[in-house]
Amino acid sequence: MPLSREEVEHVALLARLYLSEEEKEAYTKQLNAILEYMEKLNALNTEGVEPTAHVLPLRNVFREDVVKPGLPREKALKGAPATREGQFEVPRVV
Amino acid sequence: MELFYLSAHEAARLLQNKEISAVELTREILKRIEQVEDKVKAFVTLTPEKALEQAKAVDEARARGENLGPLAGVPMALKDNLCTEGIRTTCSSKMLENWIPPYDAFVVRKLREAGAILVGKCNMDEFAMGSSTENSRFFPTRNPWDLDRVPGGSSGGSAAAVAAGEAFFALGSDTGGSIRQPASFCGVVGLKPTYGRVSRYGLVAFASSLDQIGPLTRDVTDCALVLQAIAGHDPLDSTSADLPVPDYLAALRQDIKGLKIGVPKEYFGPGMDREVVSVVRQAIDRLSDLGAFCEETSLPHTEYALPAYYLVAPAEASSNLARYDGVAYGFRLPGKDVVDMYMKTRREGFGAEVKRRIMLGTYALSAGYYDAYYLKALKVRTLIRRDFDQAFEKYDVLVTPTSPTVAFRLGERVGDPLAMYMSDLCTIPVNMAGLPAISIPCGFAQGLPVGLQIIAKPFAEEILFRVAYTFEQATGNFRRWPEI
Repeated sequence: MPLSREEVEHVALLARLYLSEEEKEAYTKQLNAILEYMEKLNALNTEGVEPTAHVLPLRNVFREDVVKPGLPREKALKGAPATREGQFEVPRVV
Repeated sequence: MELFYLSAHEAARLLQNKEISAVELTREILKRIEQVEDKVKAFVTLTPEKALEQAKAVDEARARGENLGPLAGVPMALKDNLCTEGIRTTCSSKMLENWIPPYDAFVVRKLREAGAILVGKCNMDEFAMGSSTENSRFFPTRNPWDLDRVPGGSSGGSAAAVAAGEAFFALGSDTGGSIRQPASFCGVVGLKPTYGRVSRYGLVAFASSLDQIGPLTRDVTDCALVLQAIAGHDPLDSTSADLPVPDYLAALRQDIKGLKIGVPKEYFGPGMDREVVSVVRQAIDRLSDLGAFCEETSLPHTEYALPAYYLVAPAEASSNLARYDGVAYGFRLPGKDVVDMYMKTRREGFGAEVKRRIMLGTYALSAGYYDAYYLKALKVRTLIRRDFDQAFEKYDVLVTPTSPTVAFRLGERVGDPLAMYMSDLCTIPVNMAGLPAISIPCGFAQGLPVGLQIIAKPFAEEILFRVAYTFEQATGNFRRWPEI
């Protein structure tokens, strides 16, 4: 099995997900089944092959740096679970 | 025929000739929704009042003699991952259950400008991750052809709504087959345009290098009509192509004489249902009868597309979905500190498949595994593209089945993620290469619709329409509708 239960716990922390004991159990099993299937890729020799992250021949897309109206603050904040004084509110960080 | 089963262009003609008003047509659709929606469950949100208001405005504008768009007064549905200002956009997730976007997606604005009338937002697999619409956090959608079966996914609500007469057309999104596979399962036309053909601004991101918005329609003409309305460059999506949009309706010609069609043998082998293969083979014979030159060919890396996709797409998703942390929008569960809040919010807000893919993607991108999994998958992606490049040196289009099977039963694959992933075997390579592909109804197996997938090179949607239209006109009998 490429992936241990401890690794599943570590990955969940990286992904900022709490997992229940049942989820840890199930994901360890399922992710291993999926990763075993991925092993298929190792049969292919990809030496010297350029990776494709994106299909379009685009690099950077620039625009003129001019001021244009954007989303007004009230509208941008409207979907937030908590706001205060025109800002997003979160639990104390420091 | 019932009004609600007209095609969008037929409905538009009635409206233009003032044989029916937009309000009457919208009422007809709302009545149909009332009749069948309990069984089909295609919609997460219905917007009847707004729809009638908009229809009234179209009728008034027409009475004033204003120049109206080709879809003016035609009721439509949208997948619920397309932002609609003032109307909640849930992605069928608890995370966004009550989120109301502050702006319209580019495609939504375009369709509003064209005069189309929104009747509701369609159910989907949560964040577009799934192939059956069973991953919706709200309820599963059912296939109008057999209510015990899935409509496909992830745009299952959009496909079911069109097939059940609940909208004249719908938009979906396609990351690995999410328009074409449900179109095939529900017996409608579904197009994934070339990557970059349609702006993704306002589409809730799943895997940004693969996602593309496209139409689900009753026929090929409608598909061309809707693509015409939504295609084009948008400065707000830096990956949208700055290329002129051709006249897609002009591409609807009944002539495929001399066209070269490749039939990649890898799409007819193991894992494919025999009856589906036989129906698709008959369709290919039909294309030959109509004057095309069809020949077997090979895309040797096909079998590697699915494993590569299930590394690339979850990797991108794990990054895209990092934004759901309970801060700027959507659901939040309070925590003892900020990290505790993130983790509780994400535990409750996301369903099982979304978490599974975030886990898989996070793992594939994590230190020590990046080269072995993610980078390897990107290199395989190059090989898949090259297969297609080589094939298109020789062929105008390629044809395959859209999905290995007909619609499967609800619950049949929910416990087995890999079995569910296999449903996208034939559609995923197209996303990996960024190509356009259309699925059209080509017959029935076990009484259920079968889809024919036609694939072309980048920005060659016109030839897809030409082949699809010629086939459709010659085989009109596949345009049947389910009895619900």
